[in-house]
Amino acid sequence: MNDQTLTPEERAANLKGMGCARKRVEDVRFTQGKGNYVDDIKLDGMLFGDFVRSPYAHARVVTVNKEAALAVPGVVAVLTAEDLAPLGLHWMPTLAGDKQMVLADGKVLFQGQEVAYVVAEDRYIAADAVELVEVEYEELPVITDPFEALKSDVVLREDLEGQTEGAHGPRKHHNHIFTWEQGDKDATEAILAEADVVAEEMVYYHRTHPCPLETCGCVASMDKVTGKLTLYGTFQAPHAIRTVVSLISGLAEHNIRVISPDIGGGFGNKVGAYAGYVCSVVASIVTGKPVKWVEDRMENLMSTAFARDYWMQGKIAATKDGKITGLWCHTTADHGGFDACADPTKFPAGFMNICTGSYDIPTAYLAVDGVYTNKAPGGVAYRCSFRVTEAAYFIERMIEVLAIKLNMDAAELRRINFIKADQFPYQSALGWEYDSGDYHTAWEKALKAVNYEGLRSEQAQRIEDFKAGKTRKLLGIGLTHFTEIVGAGPVKNCDILGLGMFDSCEIRIHPTGSAIARLGTISQGQGHATTFAQIIATEIGLPADDITLEEGDTDTAPYGLGTYGSRSTPVAGAATAMAARKIRAKAQMIAAYLLEVHDNDVEWDVDRFAVKGAPERFKTMKEIAFAAYNQAIPGLEPGLEAVSYYDPPNMTYPFGAYICVMEIDVDTGEWEVRKFYALDDCGTRINPMIIDGQVHGGVTEALAIAMGQEIAYDEMGNVKTGTLMDFFLPTAWETPNYITDFTVTPSPHHPIGAKGVGESPNVGGVPAFSNAVHDAFRPFGLVQSHMPHDHWRIWKIANGLGMHG
Amino acid sequence: MSKMHVKLTVNGKQVEGLAEPRTLLIHFLREDLKITGPHIGCETSHCGACTVDIDGKSVKSCTTFVAQVNGADITTVEGLTNDDGSLGVLQEMFREHHGLQCGFCTPGMITRAHRLLQENPNPTEEEIRFGMAGNLCRCTGYQNIVKAISASADMMNAQKEAAE
Repeated sequence: MNDQTLTPEERAANLKGMGCARKRVEDVRFTQGKGNYVDDIKLDGMLFGDFVRSPYAHARVVTVNKEAALAVPGVVAVLTAEDLAPLGLHWMPTLAGDKQMVLADGKVLFQGQEVAYVVAEDRYIAADAVELVEVEYEELPVITDPFEALKSDVVLREDLEGQTEGAHGPRKHHNHIFTWEQGDKDATEAILAEADVVAEEMVYYHRTHPCPLETCGCVASMDKVTGKLTLYGTFQAPHAIRTVVSLISGLAEHNIRVISPDIGGGFGNKVGAYAGYVCSVVASIVTGKPVKWVEDRMENLMSTAFARDYWMQGKIAATKDGKITGLWCHTTADHGGFDACADPTKFPAGFMNICTGSYDIPTAYLAVDGVYTNKAPGGVAYRCSFRVTEAAYFIERMIEVLAIKLNMDAAELRRINFIKADQFPYQSALGWEYDSGDYHTAWEKALKAVNYEGLRSEQAQRIEDFKAGKTRKLLGIGLTHFTEIVGAGPVKNCDILGLGMFDSCEIRIHPTGSAIARLGTISQGQGHATTFAQIIATEIGLPADDITLEEGDTDTAPYGLGTYGSRSTPVAGAATAMAARKIRAKAQMIAAYLLEVHDNDVEWDVDRFAVKGAPERFKTMKEIAFAAYNQAIPGLEPGLEAVSYYDPPNMTYPFGAYICVMEIDVDTGEWEVRKFYALDDCGTRINPMIIDGQVHGGVTEALAIAMGQEIAYDEMGNVKTGTLMDFFLPTAWETPNYITDFTVTPSPHHPIGAKGVGESPNVGGVPAFSNAVHDAFRPFGLVQSHMPHDHWRIWKIANGLGMHG
Repeated sequence: MSKMHVKLTVNGKQVEGLAEPRTLLIHFLREDLKITGPHIGCETSHCGACTVDIDGKSVKSCTTFVAQVNGADITTVEGLTNDDGSLGVLQEMFREHHGLQCGFCTPGMITRAHRLLQENPNPTEEEIRFGMAGNLCRCTGYQNIVKAISASADMMNAQKEAAE
């Protein structure tokens, strides 16, 4: 089809490039059960690892007796901290500049903490032996409340005793980790003191967990002959894992090959480095055999990477007609027993300083105090970019609280405070440069789409009917306008463990005009193999169907920092476009040579270079590819490939307007989502089908978080939500249909204008659901109530407001 | 632990092996038979990633002993592919309607949907949502899964009509 019979539009359509709802290439194997997830990997002689875990949240480990376990036929080894200590591996560095026990070194700090690692010939024997390891504990006082931790004499981290300086500055107390301050404290407090109106509220974003359907796991395989370690695992950042393994194990980095196979969902849970990885590597080195470790669901919920747990005290100042003049926030951040948050090094509270949201707030101040408690470590970005969900929830609640104080409609309050389209690029009071946005357009489109005025009239009628005893159901209208900050990020201010957060793509064009591309990212369901091929297709004019995409193998893929924080499209997607453009630049020279004209006398036309003014004289990309391998072109090397390492100049700032309409039964606390409208602006849209899918899934995660999902502890530090019986994951039955919509405001600094979308629905969804609950009870006096809004808590709201007679 | 002899029909093939009385069906399928389509997501019957079809019923194989189903006829997602290797109707419709993302729940979803459409060839959206409530998905929000199953029902019914 290289002739001129097709129009440029038809040729472009054949490429299945950007903007096309291309069906996913991944699905052919996934739908047949032919995916290759970590637990599908089976190597000769493979052993299985399993953990002995602490039943106590805070205790001394007095003795560990392995004898009975080792006596079980098929048990190969039982590792404890004592065994790892000579290797220096009984502790490991965390992503947040702290250190964490790999196996309990004298004490345990949370329930479920790893105490011993059993290695056996099969998983049943390993599980048997775990039961036979005898551990003597001496219980210590448990602290699960971060405010209490900062007052308590109990020292949680005895290893840090006397250290008044942490990784992020001074420590004020033995259970204090860091204080992080942004903005202008004095100016903000002066504004609060003089403001017409100040609304103040504590906004708690409870502890929850990403809970991907596939838990975390790995297979470590040390080849003693070659000295090479191959580590398969559920890694959202395989290259960083390779570097970390090298640094902590002392193995040379070229002798480590990390492979992320298919990953069954990540949502932030698979960013961190876990004890299971370290113990499996050690066990494989010691035994000379491959060792598999896959956590079960209870282990996943109890010990690997929780999310949120932020207590956000807020004050928002405004004029009496609703113009916001200042924002103040103090956050107490419960980080658990070790500070293992996954944030860029210079941001110990992530990008919480995006908490001015979509609003033009001239003066602001944020302080975050990180605190140790007897809870699991983690603090990952559960489908959000580094604490952006917390920030969005905070500001979207504060706006609602301010609207109550001003007795103003919350949609109108947002409208009069949005950053205006002509203010971009916009410098926020807390230090970010928002690259682009058009909030008013999105907002008006959203309000119109749901018939906002009509909903408010209906709500007013409902309130009257309720008061007249005609109904026991309330109507809540949950509004949210969120602004994200994703695509970390510029190497100048974003690194993890000193590794700059650029990303990469390498493209090789084969002689017959097909291609392979490899990236530093790794898909966990986002469909990279589909969408990144679309970017290349549009950029270089080869059909997406002829482009293979590979990620996750550190021996073959270029170095990159992985997939989380919606960074794949903003960073690796940019690298992909840039690498493709390098190829196109060389292709232009080849085409000019073949057409016997000057380089500048040809121009790009969808899938070919044509002579300017003579479109019938052209060379298609396919022809150019072949020429690159069979022609001796003066001044040009043979071959056609390129690599790009892309360091973004700025973050990207996706935004959206979400509206939730919810029916609430005041007598049972039951809720029903009647309508959910999600408008997203993620800049240039690469694959609308995949964007919609991301929004459906992200909003469903938000529904779970807002309406029932939590990691709850009792006062003894017992995890009360350790199985899927207690930890809420919505089924198809509870989940509504969503209406998706969009505006397009391309990122001005991204090569294709894309911003990332995967996390927007979680960031925007949570406040939309929560605001709907609050809005329903607003006429009856509710100002603030903590998530998750399960039936019992909603019933308690109604009861507390005297609505049960 | 002493092992027992187990005989099954899996995806139309006779298979046999030795298993401990406590061996779970999911482990027998995955470890012994190397049928890795069914996945382990929770080990408590909640998530449905391990769903297989046993003698015409959807069963969660993570909480079933292989000894319990000795002699049974089992179908996994691998058995729902057409004989010529092409995607079966449900597999094709899940792809067509973007009913999967990470793919981890998909084998269980499709296997359950297969049985649901045998039980009820013309389900309403509500019936699909209710009938699929034993299978959790963390990626899709179910909207496109429901669409895929509904489209599969239409296609299967059309195929049946054409054949009659």
